[in-house]
Order: sequence, then C-alpha cells, then structure tokens
Amino acid sequence: MKVKDVIEQSGLELVNMGDNVDDEVGSVFCCDLLSVAMGKAPAGGAWITVMGNVNTLAVAALTETALIVLAEGSDLDDAAVAKASQQGITVLKSEKPVYETAKDIDILINA
Amino acid sequence: MGEGIVLKYNVPGDDFTRAGEASGAVKSQLKQMQLSPDVVRRVAIAMYEGEINMVIHAEGGTIEVCITPEYIDMVLKDKGPGIPDVEKAMQAGYSTAPDNVRNLGFGAGMGLPNMKKYTDEMKVETTLGVGTTVTMRIYI
Ligand SMILES: Nc1ncnc2c1ncn2[C@@H]1O[C@H](COP(=O)(O)OP(=O)(O)OP(=O)(O)O)[C@@H](O)[C@H]1O
Ligand SMILES: [Mg+2]
Repeated sequence: MKVKDVIEQSGLELVNMGDNVDDEVGSVFCCDLLSVAMGKAPAGGAWITVMGNVNTLAVAALTETALIVLAEGSDLDDAAVAKASQQGITVLKSEKPVYETAKDIDILINA
Repeated sequence: MGEGIVLKYNVPGDDFTRAGEASGAVKSQLKQMQLSPDVVRRVAIAMYEGEINMVIHAEGGTIEVCITPEYIDMVLKDKGPGIPDVEKAMQAGYSTAPDNVRNLGFGAGMGLPNMKKYTDEMKVETTLGVGTTVTMRIYI
C-alpha cells in the first residue's frame, strides 16, 4: 500500500504531508529510543512512536522510513513541524496507544 | 585519508535542531553517486550516531568524509571531555546521557555499538580533557 493510501484510509490526523506519497509502506516498526530506531527502523516502514522532536525526523529521514505515526496523542513540537515540512516527511497522528496504532496500520497495509 | 572526494562539516554543540544535517548531506551525496542503498544506509547510521554523540557529549566538533572508489572514510573529531573507559562505552546499553537528552529519546547506549556494527573498521582515540577522534571505514 502506498503512503497516500495510508493517509486516506487510516482515518488518522495528517500532521505533515511528505513528498514521498507514492512510496510503498512495507512494514510497521515501533520504538521510542532513537539509536535503537536508527539501527533497526526498516526502509519503507511505518514508524510508530511517541517522540515528536526534530531528532525523530532526522532518524526517519536517514533510515528512509516511509511515514511516522505519532501515538498516544503526542504531537510534533514547533521545530519538528518545520523540519518535517522541510525534509518532506509524512507524519500522521493517532490518539490510540502504540500497540493499537501499530495493529491498525499493520492490518491496513496488509489488507 | 586516501585520494577521493573530501567533504568537511562543522557540527555545532548542543544544537539538536541541526544535528543530523551533516549526515543528511553525505547521504544525499552518496545517493547521487548511486552507491548501493545498503552502503548509503550504513554510512548514514554510523555518521549520524557519531555526529549526535559530538553534540550531546562533546560540545560539537568536525567531521571529514572521504569517498574513494573502494571505501568511505569518516573522521569525527571533537575537543570534548574524552571517554574514560572506551571498552565500557562500546557496550550496548552503557550511557551517561543526562536526563534532558534522554527525554528526547537518546541514551539507549546504542550509538557506539551501531557505529561498530555498521562499519567495517572503527577506531576510537580519546584523551581525557583533550577530546575524542572516531575513525570509521565502510568498504563499497
Ligand atoms: N564524542 C564523545 N565524547 C565523550 N564521550 C562520548 C562521546 N561519544 C560517546 N561518549 C560516551 O560513551 C557513551 C556511550 O555512547 P553511545 O553513543 O553508545 O550511547 P549514548 O550516546 O549515551 O546513547 P544513544 O547513542 O543510544 O542515544 C556515552 O554515554 C558517553 O558517555
Ligand atoms: Mg550516542
């Protein structure tokens, strides 16, 4: 499933529309520790996290994460909003906890 | 450093909004040169971890990257406090990161282990009170 289809069909709030909406989302990855995510976040993955700062975006960009989904109602801070738009990274937001958010995305991309 | 394209960056200390810029720039350059995605990813991971360590633990520093047809060298140099016990610092999970940076998601103690894992050669030279130089090589 493409990033743009996840944006449309997940029903989640769109925080930033990235420039990669035609990329495929291949898997789901959950982690809040940046250097663990740096080492393991799959390219083309949907990364579920509660950390919404600029470093999350830097790691997403370097690992070629397809999109970030902020769980537990967490938000991007102002610097992170600017960075997301500058780097063209897709960010969605969910009010649900990490596990439920990940499960929903997993079901969606494998439907 | 051997012959090749040399890129140099200044990494400001304590500026988390800019940390990752140097790694991002090198990644774009390598992609443009059409190196394999695996090599690009490994360089990006290793360099970002080194870059962010200089920001968090050493008040910034400089990075020199040399790209040759056979390998990519990264040299990260800082004038920070140095590392008292390198062997311990290299262990997964060891971290002295203060609470304010842990709250940002750092401090898993996985940075140096990542750098080791994703490079072919890595050397840490450090002197207490003088600084640290991390040299890494990835073969293409
Ligand atoms: N350039 C440096 N100067 C001084 N100390 C350093 C430097 N790089 C690493 N260290 C020391 O080595 C420890 C381990 O580094 P490592 O990158 O593995 O973990 P971390 O930076 O604490 O957390 P993480 O990278 O997982 O966010 C650090 O906590 C710090 O004490
Ligand atoms: Mg680190």
